[in-house]
Amino acid sequence: MTSGLWELVLNGIWITVQLLVLSALVATAVAFGVGMARTHRLWIVRFLAGVYTEVFRGTSALIMIFWVFFVLPVAFGWQLVPLWAGTLALGLTYGAYGAEIVRGALNAVDPAQREGGIALSFTPWQRMRLILLPQAVPEMIPSFTNLLVELLKGTALVSVMGMGDLAFSANLVRLALQESAEIYTYVLVIYFVIAFLLTRGMRGLERRLKAGVGKQIGRTPDQELHRPETTGVGAAGSLGGAS
Amino acid sequence: MSADTPLMKDPDASANPPVDGTELIRFEQVTKRFGANTVLDHLDFSVNSGKHVTLIGPSGSGKTTILRLLMTLLKPDEGTITVAGEKLFPAPEKQIREVRKKIGMVFQQFNLFPNMSVLRNITEAPVTVLGLSKDEAEARARELLDMVGLADKCDARPTQLSGGQQQRVAIARALAMRPQVLLLDEVTSALDPELVAGVLDVLRDIARTTDITMLCVTHEMNFARDISDQVLMFDSGRVIESGSPEKMFNDPENDRTREFLSAVL
Amino acid sequence: MTWDWGAVADFMPKFWDGLLLTLQILALGSLISFALGLVWALLMRTPSRLVRWPVGAVTEFIRNTPLLVQLFFLFYVLPEWGVTASALTTGVFAIGLHYSTYTMQVYRAGIEAVPAGQWEAATALNLPVTRTWRVVILPQAIRRVVPALGNYVIAMLKDTPILMTITVMEMLGEARLFAQQNFQFTEPLTVIGVAFILIAYPASLLVRALERRLVR
Repeated sequence: MTSGLWELVLNGIWITVQLLVLSALVATAVAFGVGMARTHRLWIVRFLAGVYTEVFRGTSALIMIFWVFFVLPVAFGWQLVPLWAGTLALGLTYGAYGAEIVRGALNAVDPAQREGGIALSFTPWQRMRLILLPQAVPEMIPSFTNLLVELLKGTALVSVMGMGDLAFSANLVRLALQESAEIYTYVLVIYFVIAFLLTRGMRGLERRLKAGVGKQIGRTPDQELHRPETTGVGAAGSLGGAS
Repeated sequence: MSADTPLMKDPDASANPPVDGTELIRFEQVTKRFGANTVLDHLDFSVNSGKHVTLIGPSGSGKTTILRLLMTLLKPDEGTITVAGEKLFPAPEKQIREVRKKIGMVFQQFNLFPNMSVLRNITEAPVTVLGLSKDEAEARARELLDMVGLADKCDARPTQLSGGQQQRVAIARALAMRPQVLLLDEVTSALDPELVAGVLDVLRDIARTTDITMLCVTHEMNFARDISDQVLMFDSGRVIESGSPEKMFNDPENDRTREFLSAVL
Repeated sequence: MTWDWGAVADFMPKFWDGLLLTLQILALGSLISFALGLVWALLMRTPSRLVRWPVGAVTEFIRNTPLLVQLFFLFYVLPEWGVTASALTTGVFAIGLHYSTYTMQVYRAGIEAVPAGQWEAATALNLPVTRTWRVVILPQAIRRVVPALGNYVIAMLKDTPILMTITVMEMLGEARLFAQQNFQFTEPLTVIGVAFILIAYPASLLVRALERRLVR
């Protein structure tokens, strides 16, 4: 491979990383907003948040990307630059999966904790901020780690729209060299390395957060069987025993 | 007998002559460690065939470990275990399988297979391991279920039975393999008090009517007194005293034994 | 915003073709992932590290890299190595292989959730290892894993549109072709989006019901 082609790949990595960071931020915001809304005391708030998660988890990430790229401009006149269109489609979709993680972890907090908060006459928001979230967030990290790796894999989908990300650069190199094995192997390895670094980083974060609430890191087989779906998609799911 | 004297081969031979008197189980210098914790320390110990031996002692003294070693659920770190003259450890896997056929075990938590009917729980091993025909195995199973008083539960699932009933099925399952040795590991301690009697009745019957060698770990001292002809007191992985139930329960020599029995009786 | 019911009507015949192919891909892909995943899970239980290590590494690699790129790899590289298969076959295999690395984790968790007492009882009855797996461990593990496997089938459904990129005419492929021919994107893309929700949502309710019935 020539240095020009490598430059193409490096540029692809940069776009993939940007897309990953931006859509992870959008997804996190959506996950917490919608996830907390699903535990709201007003049924209408819970219902709307539920509709959001079911719609966005119900459809495919690739279809969402097509929708944002082709239907939004025509139907609403919003022509987004590709990076933002990709961010929006991925953030909204993966945020819906994240919302299930947030809801599951909030529901898994011992109800006695909530009652304790009521007994101290905290407002609902104070209970959320001071009692529920600090206990629930460390429990979310393993699931969020999985989701983040799924999101990384999902970023490859924008290459279908011609965005010059890592997966797209592989296609360009294939066309230039008329040879596939080498470049696709490299690109798969690069994705794997990014996923590995993400997993490592998240594990460190989990250890720090859990130390804060005096818990150990680790998963039981039972949690594994009931873990919320995070693969590009996925359905039902509840964290621990909260279904 | 002091704590340091090795166990005599058959301390109560005169009081209670064995069925045929030959040595069936033999532990020689057996050591078992879990991490830094030595549970059995160069243990020597033997059981003659036809005997009903009860192991008593504080928890953590290594009683259950002995049963699990015999069942090959654990492997010793050192020493040899012999059953009916054949090595169980150390031995090649094939020989272990052969020797293990002589041994049956009933567990504290029953360990019935929840995915099989009661009848299938009992027939599965005779058919696949001993090569009995399905009809033979079923006939044998029905006989055993009748003996434990559950003839009407053939087609039930284990989860539909009470704990006491499950344990009686588990006993039938172990007996269906016609073992020479039956290991009973705290078989009543997971049961509600009112269900214990039914299980003990069944075991008492087996002790009286068969010549199966029984090795029990139990906290039911009345049961121990009732069925056993030899009681071994364990402490810290060694046998510190042994004798007939009369002697052990009425007139123990060792201070630790006395202390232990006064706490549990 | 305009909505053209005429375009929807024109698209529907193509839609049914696409739906049928999507379901075929899903059925075959599921079977491959169930079978391969079980193979991986059992290989990971062998005593030999020489088996476990490569299986663990390869499946970890597949699970952590994009299906899309794996699909391209199989589609473009295999012919260079002299292996030729239709786009559909390649796609079904790729999706089945990818998801087998997820189902293996489900099986593993299911196997680990079978109480140790079951193994001990099987040893006490002297059941041979293969028999223990077949009649004691797997039947109990499978029961626990059915809902989790169901989740991955739904996940796989939503990944089937990726096969469009190697010319397989599943739902999204049909929608894109129709859109390009008629310059109408909104209707076909919305129809298939709704179709995915209409399939996936009841399916996820079914899985949740199964989970309540089978696992607890």
